[in-house]
Amino acid sequence: MDAKDILGLPKTPLPIPQEKKSRPQKDSQRKPDGISREVYALTGGVAPLMPSIDVSQLKRRPPSDEKITWQWLPFTSSARKDDLQLYHWVRVVNGVPPTGDYSFAKYNKSVDVIRYTDEEYEKYLTDPKWTKEETDQLFDLCERFDLRFIIIADRFPTHRTVEELKDRYYSVSRAILVARAPSPGEVAGHPLVKEPYNVTQETERKRALSMVLSQTKHQERKDAEVLAEAKRIDESRMAARAAEEPDLPVPSDVGPESAEGAVGPGDTISPANVQAPAAAIAPSTSVIADNASTLASLRMLRVYLRTYALEQMVQAASSSAGLRTIKRVEQTLQDLGVNLKPKVPTKAVCAEHLELRKEILTLLNLQKQLQYKEAEGSSFRDGSYGDMPGTAKRSQRAADQDRTFVPDTISFGGDRVVKREQKRKGPGRTSETPSSPAGAHKRPRKMKASDL
Amino acid sequence: MIDTSLSKKKDPDQPEISLPTLKSQRTKMGKSEDSEKKKIKDVEISVPIVYGNAAFWLGKKASEYQSHRWTVYVRGATNEDLSVVVKRAVFQLHSSFNNPTRVVESAPFELSESGWGEFEIAITLFFHNDVCEKPLNLYHHLKLYPEDESGPMSTKKPVVVESYDEVVFTELSESFLARVQNHPAVTFPRLPAGVTLPPSVSTEDESKKKRGDTKDHPLSQWFLNFSEADELLQLAAARQQVQAHIAKLRRQISLTDGQNQQFKPL
Repeated sequence: MDAKDILGLPKTPLPIPQEKKSRPQKDSQRKPDGISREVYALTGGVAPLMPSIDVSQLKRRPPSDEKITWQWLPFTSSARKDDLQLYHWVRVVNGVPPTGDYSFAKYNKSVDVIRYTDEEYEKYLTDPKWTKEETDQLFDLCERFDLRFIIIADRFPTHRTVEELKDRYYSVSRAILVARAPSPGEVAGHPLVKEPYNVTQETERKRALSMVLSQTKHQERKDAEVLAEAKRIDESRMAARAAEEPDLPVPSDVGPESAEGAVGPGDTISPANVQAPAAAIAPSTSVIADNASTLASLRMLRVYLRTYALEQMVQAASSSAGLRTIKRVEQTLQDLGVNLKPKVPTKAVCAEHLELRKEILTLLNLQKQLQYKEAEGSSFRDGSYGDMPGTAKRSQRAADQDRTFVPDTISFGGDRVVKREQKRKGPGRTSETPSSPAGAHKRPRKMKASDL
Repeated sequence: MIDTSLSKKKDPDQPEISLPTLKSQRTKMGKSEDSEKKKIKDVEISVPIVYGNAAFWLGKKASEYQSHRWTVYVRGATNEDLSVVVKRAVFQLHSSFNNPTRVVESAPFELSESGWGEFEIAITLFFHNDVCEKPLNLYHHLKLYPEDESGPMSTKKPVVVESYDEVVFTELSESFLARVQNHPAVTFPRLPAGVTLPPSVSTEDESKKKRGDTKDHPLSQWFLNFSEADELLQLAAARQQVQAHIAKLRRQISLTDGQNQQFKPL
């Protein structure tokens, strides 16, 4: 613009919006006071809409009447046992250096490890599994490493587990405490005495923890299922028991189910290979238990409506499913052209309806399972290098298959309910026409009334 | 077939009717006390019913507060007489009606009224003593106005809304079972082995009793037909589809499992 001025050329008239735009740009080019240009550029170079930092406040120094200098001075620390003198920068105010101990000395804490005398050892502390030498070594290490047992276990000359070391240390300390105490009452409050170290419990606990940590996702889900089933069994048994009359026979199949259910949650510590069959059995038996308890409670009523009975059975069957799953079941029923509540609820119709709902639940579960497996598979594939070209193709085809399969499952019933425009959130490839890629799979033939 | 065990000695509701022709049966009836108390378990009896309402618009004769003439009823699904099981029906109407609690002591169990509003009617069915001591509640939303709001209202064709349901009785007494052995209103179950019933008594003269079935009811031409066949068909087809999909998914899963095995990190 200055050049144009010099040359005497007329300034090109800037349209107003451009003018406005150039102004904020100019602002950023100007270096604001207080902070350097580069730093300002880091924050975007434009003034914030709501100035969070008042630029004028930056770099404002406290008005101080003191004279501050920084000096390179020697210091000692009480945390050190020698008299080593080190140097560091010290903020000196008005010529007076700071007083006091080295500021970090207060962090030099250590544990009070009780040391025993030899006679005390002879009197109270002998143990078949531990020699005096080992115990001495243990205590030395404890003192050196401030009771960091992992390190102590590592440094210990003979091989001992952390739990064994802890056990020895705590029992020795406890014995000493009790022995030295003038009366037992006085030490009763001491934490070492009040809560003794329990080796077996600790070993068990750690094993259980590592078990839980190393569980696969699959196991986790199974566990959650089993626990939910057990809870439900318990609740339904409570309800059945509460409503039960003395002369009414308790349904006999609830009995063994409760045993299974009780075993399930209590068994979380047990090895994984036992868990899998237990988990497999528990859900199926608990479903039977559910039905049995629902039937029992219905029988208690003496008179009830078939629709009410169906509602109860449906609730019992879907009790393990979340709200979203239930909604999906209902959506599937609608897609299949089935009434959510049968119009003619006879015994046969209700039974069929219930079975259908259960089958849809199974279907949804399988879908989810497949998705998990797919995800697992793809993560494996992503992580591994050097894939064989053949397998890559095959896995892709499988993925394709699955992708077209998923919309398939939600697109049945399309034929039967001709008039309804079905709104679905599936991907665009809802294959209404049999144009499947590479003929990889056969679409299930839709059932027509004439087929029966 | 309506049999006379309704009038047996132990039933306080019914007056004792002496029937000289049935003298030979009397001795057997004497045992009815026991059979009444004795309950057969693990057997259920279901009585299919239909309940709902029919409402006629009064057209020219309609006033602001009485625009429709409606009838709420409970009938046997095949229009058979329900009084074999139902002792009385109590219809609880909206509080704006006089005497909102209407009791109907005999079949057909229905109630007619005129009004303008739609509301929920609670129907309580009380059963005979040997059937069940607990009453059962049904709820029906009275419908006066047709679904299609823009359509014309006709005085000739009523708005009819019916619901099908089945009343299930557990804990059945022998006397009840004996009574309803051949009654068309009741779906008789298969009895467990070893259970025998006292023979049902022959019918009383039909003309003496008021007809309780709804086969020739004035509204019967509007009654809806409920057929389980359609629904069963629908359900069977749906189950087939779902089962096919399940099988397919299972194959997919085992396939994917196989693939994943190859790639499992060593």
